[in-house]
Amino acid sequence: MIRTSRMLAAACAMLCAAGAPALGQTAPSLAPYFTPAASGATGVDEDGFIRRWMLLEPIAKPNRTNQLFTSDYVRKAFSEDRPTSLSSKLPTDGQTMTHKGASLTWHALDAAQWDAKLFYFAAAYGKPTYGVIFWATTVVDAPRDMPDSHLAVGSNSASMWWLNGKEAAALFGDRRMVMDDVVSPALGLKKGRNVLQGAVINGPGLSDFAVRFVDGKGQPIRDLKITLR
Amino acid sequence: MNSKLIAAAVLAGIAAPVLAQSNPVAQMEGEPWIHDPSTIVQSDGRFYTFGTGKGGLVSSDGWTWASGPVRPGGGVAPDVIKLGHRYYVAWAVGGGGMNGGHKSDVKIMWTKSLDPASKDFGFHDVGTVASSDGFEINDAIDPAFLLAEGRLWLSYGTYFGAIRMVELDPKTAERLPGNQPVDIAIDMEATALLHREGWYYLLGTHGTCCDGPNSTYNIRVGRSRSPLGPYVDNFGVPLLKGGGKLVWGSNGRGRGAGHFGLVDLGDGVEKFSFHYEADMDRSARSVLAILPLTWKNGWPLGQENLRPGTYEIQSERGGALQLAVDEVRLPWSWTGFGAPKEPVKPVPDQTLEQNRTVWPLGAIAVDMGAYQVRPNQHWTIEPVAGAGGWFGAPYVKIVIAGTSRALAATPSGDVVAVPQFTGAPEQLWRIDMLGDGTYRIIPRNTPDPMKPLALAAVGASTPRLVRFDPASEAGKWTFRLP
Repeated sequence: MIRTSRMLAAACAMLCAAGAPALGQTAPSLAPYFTPAASGATGVDEDGFIRRWMLLEPIAKPNRTNQLFTSDYVRKAFSEDRPTSLSSKLPTDGQTMTHKGASLTWHALDAAQWDAKLFYFAAAYGKPTYGVIFWATTVVDAPRDMPDSHLAVGSNSASMWWLNGKEAAALFGDRRMVMDDVVSPALGLKKGRNVLQGAVINGPGLSDFAVRFVDGKGQPIRDLKITLR
Repeated sequence: MNSKLIAAAVLAGIAAPVLAQSNPVAQMEGEPWIHDPSTIVQSDGRFYTFGTGKGGLVSSDGWTWASGPVRPGGGVAPDVIKLGHRYYVAWAVGGGGMNGGHKSDVKIMWTKSLDPASKDFGFHDVGTVASSDGFEINDAIDPAFLLAEGRLWLSYGTYFGAIRMVELDPKTAERLPGNQPVDIAIDMEATALLHREGWYYLLGTHGTCCDGPNSTYNIRVGRSRSPLGPYVDNFGVPLLKGGGKLVWGSNGRGRGAGHFGLVDLGDGVEKFSFHYEADMDRSARSVLAILPLTWKNGWPLGQENLRPGTYEIQSERGGALQLAVDEVRLPWSWTGFGAPKEPVKPVPDQTLEQNRTVWPLGAIAVDMGAYQVRPNQHWTIEPVAGAGGWFGAPYVKIVIAGTSRALAATPSGDVVAVPQFTGAPEQLWRIDMLGDGTYRIIPRNTPDPMKPLALAAVGASTPRLVRFDPASEAGKWTFRLP
């Protein structure tokens, strides 16, 4: 979400890949928004939000304005900038890859809040914060088959999400963060491992996302375990 | 041309005139060009608002606006509050993504007059009351004041992370010593604060601004029992998680609504100022707008002005405003209540020509009676070009439908229908929507526009112009389609 009139200056920021703040600014770090993911499984938070994620350092994707984020544009962008290894196996912490000439690293992190603040994730690693595509993966371990489970997503800005390889939710346009912005049809979490993957695209905005599973009444599903493997 | 194309062409042909009749912005004559208008305040008998950049707008009637006000400092999205004899102005320097950054300061200054020609005009610096360092999850711009329960609050922030609240000294507008900012929402712009009946309301703008007719700006609200939150919307979604109930957005020829400001006209009449990102009748420029504000289940809700059209004007006392003329009966023969013996067929309404056969030639008294869908009970209301308006509401003429016979105020406070509308002040009316969705009807020539006379049901059948009393139902009217 961005004031379009202020886009020109912001465009400079994205093209300059400004990750480092100026003097007098808060020094970039994962804290207070992320900590390295602990080993083993964790639960969702009290509201059902998934906080454990494997995040890929951002792929540079200059966008003149978030108003460009039509469904065609976003689908094409995610298709062109999808990590090639994502379809075959899950990434691991510290795994690096080269995408369009840039070396990018996956990081296993626990979000300290209900949303994963991607802007600060990127800044902490000295990466571009504007004009970017982020990829995220996690594994949802369901204690039983849950046919009436729905994926509820909010993101800044546009995003797409896939559960067990199938498209589950898509948020197009210049999105701002609002919890449960888009709620998928019943997806049917299966007992055991369910792989959730997502991608977020943004121009000069404060990128983040928030994801949880809700039941048919919109209530959070809390008895899920989250791993990254 | 195949059938689909024909259908599309027909639809296009229909759609164009329908849209042309959609609610016009129809507001604010003069030079209403502004973005991020501050809360409108009165100084030296005139009304002022300031916007992003230098300067602002001034008006004597809330309808015709002109440039001319002076506000040093530039910057974005100021707000103004009057405390005692001083007008405090908060504004932001830097941030907003300008130059790619979010390093900004909210500054405050005061003056005893907003009129540059006044001897009391002159700004004095209070200092910086809030800042963002350019990297933290806040952008210290878009400040908004609230004085409530003896305490002075200031909200600020934008799409870049948190909306924050700080407390200021109500005597100096300086930040209270030791006060720490509190996050109260995320991802809003141009916040505003209200306090009403024990609730604190945080309003702000969602969507994208500054893209002309493509802007998606819309005004949202959450409420809390504490000024420091938690603010939630009508679905219980915290504003810290993106919630917000819609107050107003694009409408008619206005696209993208942002930067709410309360306009309290007294008598319980509230309106709100804001800007449309694009007035489609004015080169899609950003313009000042003022519309009615109502309340529903404790939530503020923006409303349109009454659309031009033909209405029954119904008193809350039960009668319909009408020409006080003899009844012209519809032809009718009693045949009992049983099943009709003849084929059922429609019965035509009474025509204007049939009804007006009993009308006197001169002025006709106006009273109220049981609504019978008669031509002497139908009034056509439309704005009068060049007649001006009052705080977002144009002056209108109210004539018997199909005629130019116009509702007019008399010096004695009665109302009559004169044979011909001439545009005289006593034939011009302003229609204010009230907080409960009813309306009051005020003659343009009321002695004091802020404490106006209004049409009231002083008897079950008698309307008269009396001082409007918000505690009484007598001065409340609804407009119903015939």
